[in-house]
This record gives sequence, C-alpha cells and structure tokens, in this order.
Amino acid sequence: MRLNCPLCGPRDRREFYYSGSEDLLNRPAADATVEAWNDMLHLRLNPAGVTRDLWYHETGCGSWLLVTRNTVTHEILATERVADRKGAA
Amino acid sequence: MPELIAKTALAGQAPATHAGTTLAEADLGPVTSIACFPGQQKAVATTLGQPFPAPNTHAKGLCWTGPDQAFLIGRTAPDLTGLAACTDQSGGWVTLRLDGPLAAEALMRLVPLDLHKFTPGQAARAPLGHMQMVLMADAQGFLILVFRSMARTAWHEIETALKACAARAAL
Repeated sequence: MRLNCPLCGPRDRREFYYSGSEDLLNRPAADATVEAWNDMLHLRLNPAGVTRDLWYHETGCGSWLLVTRNTVTHEILATERVADRKGAA
Repeated sequence: MPELIAKTALAGQAPATHAGTTLAEADLGPVTSIACFPGQQKAVATTLGQPFPAPNTHAKGLCWTGPDQAFLIGRTAPDLTGLAACTDQSGGWVTLRLDGPLAAEALMRLVPLDLHKFTPGQAARAPLGHMQMVLMADAQGFLILVFRSMARTAWHEIETALKACAARAAL
C-alpha cells in the first residue's frame, strides 16, 4: 500500500502512522451538547467502501494527511494535507 | 569554560570500500534547523540571500526538511528573530557519504525510495531502516544524515547492505 504525500510524493505505508477517522478534525463547539461531544469522541462508522481518515507522515515530512480510500478495493482515492485545507491554522 | 574539542560522531572511523563503492563519514560543519513562522518564508529567503528550497530539493547548503522548514548547512545562521525558529543542530546529526556504482542499490535495501532516479540536487525525508533520515544527492553521490545517537547503527546497516551488494556483484 502506498500513500501519495502531497509534498514527498508516493511513499510506502511503513512511513505513515494511522490515527483514525476524520471525525477527529470536526470538534464540536466548546458549549456543544454532551451528545455532540459523545458522537465526536466515540461514534465511528465502519464503512465497507469509501472512508476518510487521518495519517501522519511520521518518517517523512511530518505532515498530517487526510486520506480518502476504499476499504473494499483498497484504492487510495485522494490525499490532502490537513494544513492545506480551508480554515486550517 | 575550557576550550573543548568538537568531534564528529564517528571520529577516527576509516572509510569502507566494497566493489568500488565507498562509505565514509563527512563533516558538514554547522547545521541549523530553520522553521519559518507562518507566512515568513519569503522574508527568511531574503535574509538568507538565497531562495527557500522547494520540497525534496537542496541547493547551496540549504536543504528542505519539511513544510516551511530547512537545514542550513556549512555556515552559521543569520539573525532570523521574528521570522523563523532556529535550532542549532551541529553535532546532533552524523553525516555519511556513500559514493560509487553500488551506492543506490545498497541504499535501496534500507530506504523505500527508487534511488536510481535520485538526481543531484534532490533531497528527501525518508526512513533508513527505522531511523529518521535526511537524504541528499550531489554530483559525487549520497549524503545521509541520521541522528548522532544512531551513527554506529546506520554505519553498520549501510556497510552490511553494501557488502551484500558487492558479494552479489562478484558472482
């Protein structure tokens, strides 16, 4: 499996650390309901198909990547740096 | 404070040559990590007097090491107060040189990149086995930077790979 790092190019899976669902990027507001926080922290889909999750380019450039991939076909559909997304600090 | 003698990580280590390919320690002099503050990359380049390196490249002693981040090699950093976070890395890394016909082949046993296509001026952040590495190519061959604490491990791993490649070449 290879991930296409937008900075480093196509790299081997062993260079990356898997963090989990993109839900972690979508924090509720500080005053959001307990249910909203519970959903963000604990509720995860486990789709057979397209999923989006976070990977860290650990032994490469150190970027966090948002990877769109298909859990059925193992296709990597898109990779994007979290820092390049609109509204990123 | 008495004057201390700065030694490289593998001081006294003789170069190792197998099948015309040489592994040796190099001394790059001062190394400074420059991490640009947001939006300050151009100002940093102006102060340094040279363009900030594009990802995966190095030129004139400035090597890309990550987003908005580079190593300044061979000279001390100018004052970049307010523009970038500068960290003195001199002595924190060991530099190995690998030159010769089997260099790419031997290194590819440890680095998951196609190094036959790696041309002078290119650089990469990539693993060497399980070690963090900054890799540069120049006209002579490869320059390999790993953490100083891993100097002997890196030397051992690369020389072992080189010996294996040399043995295959001798068949």
